[in-house]
Amino acid sequence: MWFLTGFFALFFYLAVIIFVAGVGFKIYQYIRTPAPLKIPTMPAPLTRTGVGVRLFSEVVLFKSLFRANKWIWLFGWIFHFALLLVLLRHLRYFIDPVWWWVALIQPFGKYAAFAMILGLVGLLVRRITVERIRYISNPSDYLMLALLLIIGISGAMMTFVAHTDIMQFKAFVRGMMTFSWQPIPTDPALLLHLAAVFLLMIVFPYSKLLHAPGIFFSPSRNQVDNPREKRHLAPWAAEMEKAERSSDS
Amino acid sequence: MAKAKIEVPELKEYSVMPVLQPGVMKGVGPYVSAAEFQEPLGFPGELVDNWEEKAVDKLGDLLNRYRGLRVFLDSCVRCGACTDKCHYLLGTSDPKNMPVARQDLLRQVYRRYYTLPGKFFGKMGWEWGKKLIGAREMDKEVLDDWYNYFHQCSQCRRCSVFCPYGIDTAEISMAARNIMDTVGKGQKYCNQIIGKVFKIGNNLGLPEPALLDTLEGLEEDIEDETGVKVELPLDRKDVDILLITPSADFFAEPHVDGLMGYAKVFHEAGVSWTISSYASEGANFGMFIGSYENMREISLRIRKAAIDLNVKRIVFGECGHAWRVAYSFLNTLAGPFDFLDPNYPVPQHICEFTYNLLQEDKLKFDKSRNDDMVLTFHDSCNVARATRMGDMPGGQFMIPREVIKAACNHYYDMEDETIHDQTFCCGGGGGLLTDDLMDIRVKGALPRMQSLKNVVEDHQVTHLAAICAICKSQFTKVLPYYGFKMDQIVSVHQLVSNALILTGQDED
Repeated sequence: MWFLTGFFALFFYLAVIIFVAGVGFKIYQYIRTPAPLKIPTMPAPLTRTGVGVRLFSEVVLFKSLFRANKWIWLFGWIFHFALLLVLLRHLRYFIDPVWWWVALIQPFGKYAAFAMILGLVGLLVRRITVERIRYISNPSDYLMLALLLIIGISGAMMTFVAHTDIMQFKAFVRGMMTFSWQPIPTDPALLLHLAAVFLLMIVFPYSKLLHAPGIFFSPSRNQVDNPREKRHLAPWAAEMEKAERSSDS
Repeated sequence: MAKAKIEVPELKEYSVMPVLQPGVMKGVGPYVSAAEFQEPLGFPGELVDNWEEKAVDKLGDLLNRYRGLRVFLDSCVRCGACTDKCHYLLGTSDPKNMPVARQDLLRQVYRRYYTLPGKFFGKMGWEWGKKLIGAREMDKEVLDDWYNYFHQCSQCRRCSVFCPYGIDTAEISMAARNIMDTVGKGQKYCNQIIGKVFKIGNNLGLPEPALLDTLEGLEEDIEDETGVKVELPLDRKDVDILLITPSADFFAEPHVDGLMGYAKVFHEAGVSWTISSYASEGANFGMFIGSYENMREISLRIRKAAIDLNVKRIVFGECGHAWRVAYSFLNTLAGPFDFLDPNYPVPQHICEFTYNLLQEDKLKFDKSRNDDMVLTFHDSCNVARATRMGDMPGGQFMIPREVIKAACNHYYDMEDETIHDQTFCCGGGGGLLTDDLMDIRVKGALPRMQSLKNVVEDHQVTHLAAICAICKSQFTKVLPYYGFKMDQIVSVHQLVSNALILTGQDED
């Protein structure tokens, strides 16, 4: 038991560090790298506010995906928003006392697990059965879905089939957060659930999961359409101009 | 000759996702550029010795300079949204023409050399690990696939419209071509043409005397037709407008009819204007090869011409990617244009110019002069998805149509899923408009030909109007393969030219 507690606590710290540092580094990299040319996919908004609306419609409604393919949109949207609800529900294990709205969404969050699994199964079935999607799939694409399915199913098991000791689990989580370790409940479903979640956090910064921060930095979606009105110049291009001018004179 | 070899796909009622035929378009790609065409652009004459390493280094350089490339290579989840959107995939069935698969040719190398697990598995030599994450060594086979399949992309951006993250295969194919140029494997067609611009001033290599001769000939044609003397000046100083137009407008059909249209419109507007022999090219193939430096070099010629000729405004003729470079990049590459008249956008499109005159009721049309035609409009990919006209989003769709409708009585759009930002490329854009790529050009035209066939059947459409020199040349060549006639493609300003009644024109 103490072995398991220690193992999972260290696993948790490792996962958090890699996730935060890895994703943080990628975001830093995206911020630092200029987009030298104006390449929004047109028609594009003419103002920053408009870009906000465009990004909102992409991030929240998956607008482009909706135009592309209704089935992928349906399964993808169901999965992502069920996942969001489930994640918000999980806040109750980290905070004490539990915020009122987190308490409020508990029942929805619980059943969202089914929606999440449904979405994932839909995406997996398409990946296997639709020839062109099967062609482009890498082993890691299947593994990612499998990992998420393991997370969803093991989580739902604990809610609906074999309950784990939630109070003890919360004590374990709060203990990790305050560095005063408490014993972890040892139900296999919980351990599997946690291991899969930590693994997902670890692969996040090195995999396609980077689409989550990526979309906000995508120049084809986040640029304002104003190249005639406002000169857009990357720092490296400005330097190129400066070097030329000084060599001219 | 080439015609016999090409298997023309059958026209169906609508676009269907074909059954995949892996490797069906595998090949050696277009003619490789010789040293004489490489070196003037600053590229090595032939494949350099340690090209694998150089290619990987160049990718690293681009990753640090282009955020889009980095984000696009990181973000793809292989959801499949783009897989049935590329005209080359629909026309060839080769799965490597699916946008995501095309991107993956470069992404595999990115994952091998520029991600932590890729570096790790590469160092350990664990093939299974590389396979797991979709990583590949940079080797001859990869280079050959790049050269072949990145020259089966017309950089039309249709895939990026549908991608949930806006991943733009055009950016990736530009990067790949840039890398290949850097290691000495360039494409002859593009690089030879860029060399001509540097040396002579335009893609076709038309020197100043030839230009002068052509323009004088056109003046005579217009006078014969209308009885009115309309000028087409070359290198005239202190005028209002510098016209930058694709050099195909100087001699190819139906391009040249468009040029006569611009001249008539300028004439009626009462503005003075000129063409520059130094910057006698609107096209900018530097974009196709993804070279900021070359694209900038070509753009700077326009700046220099505008300064030397002391003009007040710059107007671009009908050319798709030229308008992209002009509208989206010119200010960046060759700006600021604070020496021009601040009352006008820099640059302007000829359609914007004509449209504004229509709004002011300054042009007199006899639409019946186009009554021998029933028209539809082909949204050129670069205009539709990479630029704007006018002052509202989507003006690039509305304005050319309004210009056509002002000059013609009979106009019908093709199906909604194949116009505006969902338009299909003509099949010859992005540096593919060369005879050695005829096969892919014919096949890539399939989706556009399909929707054309539908309006031909439903509305008896007889002509396809376009505002892009490449589209016009491509359709002239490709229409006959699908049972249409080569002269069913017309310039938008050709329609304007037909219907415009010049002040003082004999009206019989």
